[in-house]
Amino acid sequence: MDLATIVPPLLALVLSPLLVGIIFRTKAIFAGRNGPPLAQIYYDLRKLMAKGAVYSDVTTWIFRAGPIVSLASLILAAFVVPFATCAAPFHFQGDLVWFAYLLAVSRFISVLAALDTGSAFEGMGASRDVLFSALSEPAMLLGLAAVARQANGATEAELNLSLTGIHQAIAAAEWGGSWLVFVLVAVALFVVFLAENARIPIDDPDTHLELTMIHEVMSLDHGGPDLGLIVYASALRLWVFGAVIVDVVLPISTGYVLLDVLWSVAALFLLAVIVGVIESVMARLRMLRVPQLLVGATTLSGVALVLEYGGRLWISPSN
Amino acid sequence: MIELLLTGLGILAASGVLALLLGRWSRLANVVGATGAVAGSLLGFLPAWLTLIGGRPESASWPWDVPYGSFSIELDPLSSLFVLIVFGLTGLVAIHAAGYLDLYHKERSLGVPWFFFNLMACGMTLVAVARNGVLFLVAWEVMSVASYFLVTFYDERPGVLEAGRTYLIATHLGTAFLFVMFILMGRHAGSAASLDFAAIAGTIPESSANLLFVLAVVGFGTKAGFMPFHVWLPEAYPAAPSFVAAIMSGAMSKLGIYGLLRVLTLLPVLHEWWAWLLIAMGVVSGVYGILTGLAQSDLKRLLAYSSVENLGLISMGLGLGLLGVSTGTPGLTLLGFLGGLLHLVNHALFKSLLFLGSGVIVRATGTRDLNQLGGLARRMPRFAIAMLIGCIAITGLPPLNGFVSEFLIYLAAFTGQMRLGTGASAGMLLVIGAVTISGGLGAVAFTSLFGIAFLGQPRNERAANPAPVGWLLIAPITILAGACVAVALFVLPLVWMLLPIVSEVAHWELGGILQVSGQATQPLSAVTLGSIALIVVSLGLALLRLALLAGRRVTQAGTWGCGYLGPTSRMQYTASSYVQPAVDFFAPVLLTRTRLDAPLGLFPRRAMMVSHTDDFAKEAIYRPLFVSVEWVFVRLRWLQHGRVHIYILYLGVTIIALLTWYLSTLPPG
Repeated sequence: MDLATIVPPLLALVLSPLLVGIIFRTKAIFAGRNGPPLAQIYYDLRKLMAKGAVYSDVTTWIFRAGPIVSLASLILAAFVVPFATCAAPFHFQGDLVWFAYLLAVSRFISVLAALDTGSAFEGMGASRDVLFSALSEPAMLLGLAAVARQANGATEAELNLSLTGIHQAIAAAEWGGSWLVFVLVAVALFVVFLAENARIPIDDPDTHLELTMIHEVMSLDHGGPDLGLIVYASALRLWVFGAVIVDVVLPISTGYVLLDVLWSVAALFLLAVIVGVIESVMARLRMLRVPQLLVGATTLSGVALVLEYGGRLWISPSN
Repeated sequence: MIELLLTGLGILAASGVLALLLGRWSRLANVVGATGAVAGSLLGFLPAWLTLIGGRPESASWPWDVPYGSFSIELDPLSSLFVLIVFGLTGLVAIHAAGYLDLYHKERSLGVPWFFFNLMACGMTLVAVARNGVLFLVAWEVMSVASYFLVTFYDERPGVLEAGRTYLIATHLGTAFLFVMFILMGRHAGSAASLDFAAIAGTIPESSANLLFVLAVVGFGTKAGFMPFHVWLPEAYPAAPSFVAAIMSGAMSKLGIYGLLRVLTLLPVLHEWWAWLLIAMGVVSGVYGILTGLAQSDLKRLLAYSSVENLGLISMGLGLGLLGVSTGTPGLTLLGFLGGLLHLVNHALFKSLLFLGSGVIVRATGTRDLNQLGGLARRMPRFAIAMLIGCIAITGLPPLNGFVSEFLIYLAAFTGQMRLGTGASAGMLLVIGAVTISGGLGAVAFTSLFGIAFLGQPRNERAANPAPVGWLLIAPITILAGACVAVALFVLPLVWMLLPIVSEVAHWELGGILQVSGQATQPLSAVTLGSIALIVVSLGLALLRLALLAGRRVTQAGTWGCGYLGPTSRMQYTASSYVQPAVDFFAPVLLTRTRLDAPLGLFPRRAMMVSHTDDFAKEAIYRPLFVSVEWVFVRLRWLQHGRVHIYILYLGVTIIALLTWYLSTLPPG
């Protein structure tokens, strides 16, 4: 196995809490504050892992299993996503479906853990979250389908429905004449990114009002190491999904692994800054508007895919 | 080998009759019926299994006095898959039914349901192995009528007889189409004057293939439950006892798919628009089925609509395979058919698991209403684990078997959109979108089912103290849960077993399939590895947390809920409130009716809200249709005046008319 394949998961596991720190810092700068240190999440994790735990007497083993299975599926997702022209260690034909469904497992078990507490707040968050994820999944898969088709000529003998394959095919080629497809898919994936990670305008991660929470409220009753696992899992989700967007948007390969890695990490940090900026300048959408936004993202992915079919003429022959 | 199968059928029939004759000794009838069902299933399971893992197809034939008929049966890979499903589920459901029915041994005669249950199993098996049109139709009728009597087991309860009537009418309407189809098939059989499949396979003209396919889709689609022929499912399954719903949903509806596949092997050509028809019906059933399903608060209605959704997925897979055949795309053919067939097997497993589980829930708590349940996982922990496996499997999530078959359908759709021309690729877009959204909405429905019924606090006295349920009812559920896990881990051997069936249905020799089989087996082996990795990593993290918490304070307290100190069970989300965002969003296409008596004034007194979701096909298509048919027939009421001598006049006029017509068709001279 190529030694470079260890780079994507290693970076994900080690550096992902830094992304959250960058988002906090950006928001703080916008608000005119100094903000917490960039490594704040690492300190939080250290504090949480040192604690004991209190469990609700209404809950069952599912509540205890929620954070564990959620983190496990995200760790596996980190092993599927390529980064910076390094292939993912675990890639196979169709792994983009596997990736999407790993995220779905994480959601499913967190929703069940939330319902396990028997509290109205968690039920509320759970019911909103399942609808939003049901609507955001088509956007993600259709967008990835458009990118997959773009990365393969329509008549190639060797199909590559794998995130790694797509990434390497795009990295080898230029955007060329099909830049519109990439822009549309990037926008759609970015909206899904915001939805999956509970960012404004879908959900406000800093709200203190339970009635307006979606993701925050699902981890309301978790504490101690469980909360640490949840916090780490959400950081990992940010990195993993951001890496997919960076793979699609930035097909730069300089030939030197180290330069590529630095470039991609910088791009990911820039993505985090953009998220921070959005969180600072926008308010959260009304709950009724969020499904419409997600359907809009799905439509963009669909349009990208349709452009693929009809727009073969626009693609430069080098693809 | 085939003698074993016939012996198994004989034992099933004999034990059914014996149970019926033992009428007054209900407990004994219960035991006899159940033992016969299990023994017959075991005997019949073996030859089907051996044929599927690589045995030679065997056939047997006896002459029969019925015109065009002969008692000819054959056990080839396609038939043995369905025989396997029928017998496997019959045996397991019979064990559950023995425990379930025992409660009624004082007030009901238990010989009657066992007679019909075993008869239905015989009918289903004969449908799967029949090689003659008349035998097929007879077995189909036996299966349908026997299941009608099982559906109306609780005939004293309101609504059950009407549900049974809906079912009977629907299945006979479908069977009528099958009659016409077989008659048309046999018209060109020539001098053989028989509806043997071997005889008619070569003689069907290409011009009638389209009509035959449409008739098959309507006839078999009614039994399978495609939209818009599915309207009997949400009526019959809740009315029927849970074990009946389990066997019907797990085995009988699959025989609708079997019929369709068998007709495909008989037809001389495969047109491309057939594939698009199957895909379109699959898309509509898949999305609309689960959408209506998640809006239900009746547990068994939810499961019934979920059956419609999964039949839609199966249809999409088979349609994709058919598309591959007609466009000459081998990868698409393999992946589509494999995905459809594997999802069929998986659905048989997890849907019967869930229906048997609903039987346990009804027995323990006395209600099917999700809004009345809660907290069952604390009170029935092992049962809850089996149901969780079922819910995860049916949502199509890794690491279980539902994901594997949906993965294959995704791969097929992605392959299709890469390989096919522009128009077809747009259709693939629809398929990918439909599978994704049905998976997402399935997650809504089944987190609702499991979360509301099993988690949180009980919303009702009976749910807080569930009655103890015998191990006979729970053992088959555990076995089915184990089977779901086994299929997920051992999917590759199962795929090898399904390849001969793909070869048969796609008219494609096995050697060609094996050349492209890597397109399916390589991703599947990676998925299996990933599923195992998911389980291992989860266990590892669990051990990590255990190590972290060792020696630290771990206490229990009430649910914190952000400092709210007095949570009651009524404050929790109910099933209706849980799905309300989804139902609201899809309101334009869902027929959800709400009746609201809002509280008025400063000190609210009376308030009420009732909401229920009706079936779109039933309200928008069938009800107007049947009402207009009734209008026409009311206009003809004057013919039924009751005067006997005018009736005799009707007879005379008809005879004279028929004689005149017959004489005019005779050759002159």
